[in-house]
Amino acid sequence: MAAAFATSPTPLIPDEPVLRQPLQRRSFLKYAGATAGATALVLAGCKKDDATPTPSNTVVFAAGDVGVLNYAYALEQLEAAFYAQVVKTPATDFQTGELAYFTQIATHEAIHRDFFKAAINRDAPGQLIQDLTVNFSSIDFTKRASVLAAAVAFEDLGVQAYNGAGALIKNPAYLVLAGKIVSVEARHAAYLRDLLYPGDATNFFAGDAVTEPTSGLDRNPLKPAALVAAVQKYVTQTLDASQLS
Amino acid sequence: MNFFAILDQLATADPDVLGRFDSRRAVFKHLGSAARRAALAATPLLVGGLFKKAYAGTNADTPIDILNYALALEYLEQDFYAKFIASGLVPAGAPATAMAKIKQHEDGHVNLLKGVITTLGGTPRAMVQFKQSVFDANKTYAGLLGVAQLLEDTGVRAYKGRAAELVVGASNGLPSSTQVSLLTTALQIHSVEARHAAHIRLLRGQTPWVSNSDDLAANATYSGATPEATTIQSNVDLPTKLAATYSAADVAAAFDEALTPAEVLDASRAGGLIQ
Repeated sequence: MAAAFATSPTPLIPDEPVLRQPLQRRSFLKYAGATAGATALVLAGCKKDDATPTPSNTVVFAAGDVGVLNYAYALEQLEAAFYAQVVKTPATDFQTGELAYFTQIATHEAIHRDFFKAAINRDAPGQLIQDLTVNFSSIDFTKRASVLAAAVAFEDLGVQAYNGAGALIKNPAYLVLAGKIVSVEARHAAYLRDLLYPGDATNFFAGDAVTEPTSGLDRNPLKPAALVAAVQKYVTQTLDASQLS
Repeated sequence: MNFFAILDQLATADPDVLGRFDSRRAVFKHLGSAARRAALAATPLLVGGLFKKAYAGTNADTPIDILNYALALEYLEQDFYAKFIASGLVPAGAPATAMAKIKQHEDGHVNLLKGVITTLGGTPRAMVQFKQSVFDANKTYAGLLGVAQLLEDTGVRAYKGRAAELVVGASNGLPSSTQVSLLTTALQIHSVEARHAAHIRLLRGQTPWVSNSDDLAANATYSGATPEATTIQSNVDLPTKLAATYSAADVAAAFDEALTPAEVLDASRAGGLIQ
């Protein structure tokens, strides 16, 4: 890892007290401009002969902070929809206490989803992506093992998504917000891994499969394009994160 | 005293030094760099006050300072788990496997941070040891697991508290690619600390996420200027202002909160655990 830091200029005194920089709508919008064109593109997909706009077949995440927020919003929509289904049709072989914890996780994800929706609507009006249509036909919600495997995958992908997208965020306040959420996703991931792989040092909460053992780093911080490819099978619309890099 | 030399040295360390005065003192606005320099040097009695004003509110911590802060916390965790494992109190089987894995990760974090600090031209700070008297006062498996929970949850909050300073694009003199590596690495450590915290909490019969009903909820680890129980994010009151109504408990659990370095190093938190 240390090789990534081969350049070693003398560090300078930081320019701004970013730690306490408030969330400012004006500075946020500065980064948001690039998104308007993409929104127009999405809307252009609507049928002309229909008074009610139908959802576009493609969801584009524009470059800049609004695009990153919409990307997080999409992920949280996906997770929230998954857990809502888990709670609605619980696996027949859930063990004692598991449904109660799944219900809490479902609520956390719904809060994340609704929070991003509110924040984007407030700070970048008109730039919220459409609701995703999910497709969970590959998941057998009646079986605990199937649900746990899917949940572990969603949570690990969530952690990898936030870890990989952090460097794309320009507004420090949004970076901190992402940090507040990603650690909760990591707690979910650890819990679910402990349920699925108890005592298994390769796969449990921070097993070698997800955490590189000698550096102690969570593996695979994912760029949005890679993450989108991994979750595309669960979404009806085509997700396009090519501008987020 | 040679104020020209001082200003020139400052300009080497901080190319924007004259701009700082500029932004605070409109009188300099239309003067050239040499004229500003001369004007400043001609008024030595004012210079001290000007420096205070020019740098007031700026965060003096460099990336190396931030990395050394993280290293201190990792040393603390590393030494704690070394002592915990050496105590013989960790039951064989799953608990021992988990503690060994966590210790391995803390070792990795220490080595990684030391390497990065050195590569960036800095000096890794001195080792930090876990306070023996606190260890001895909690010297049962259950007691030390409680300490482990507080340490891990503190670590999660502490990394979050420095994230904004590591945002890519920060004026810290590092090239963008290095900033990307630094922030991403910090995030990769941060999420592993959260995984550790979740596991320790499960071993203790707590929820894996921070909850107001934890047995240790009253500990200072969960308090602070922005306590873990907070329900407002980005000026939005989450229980009442979202598309649905949510309980304060669920909202608080859905977001982990940051701690400032001063809060982390306070004697009521990690500061009180350092030998």
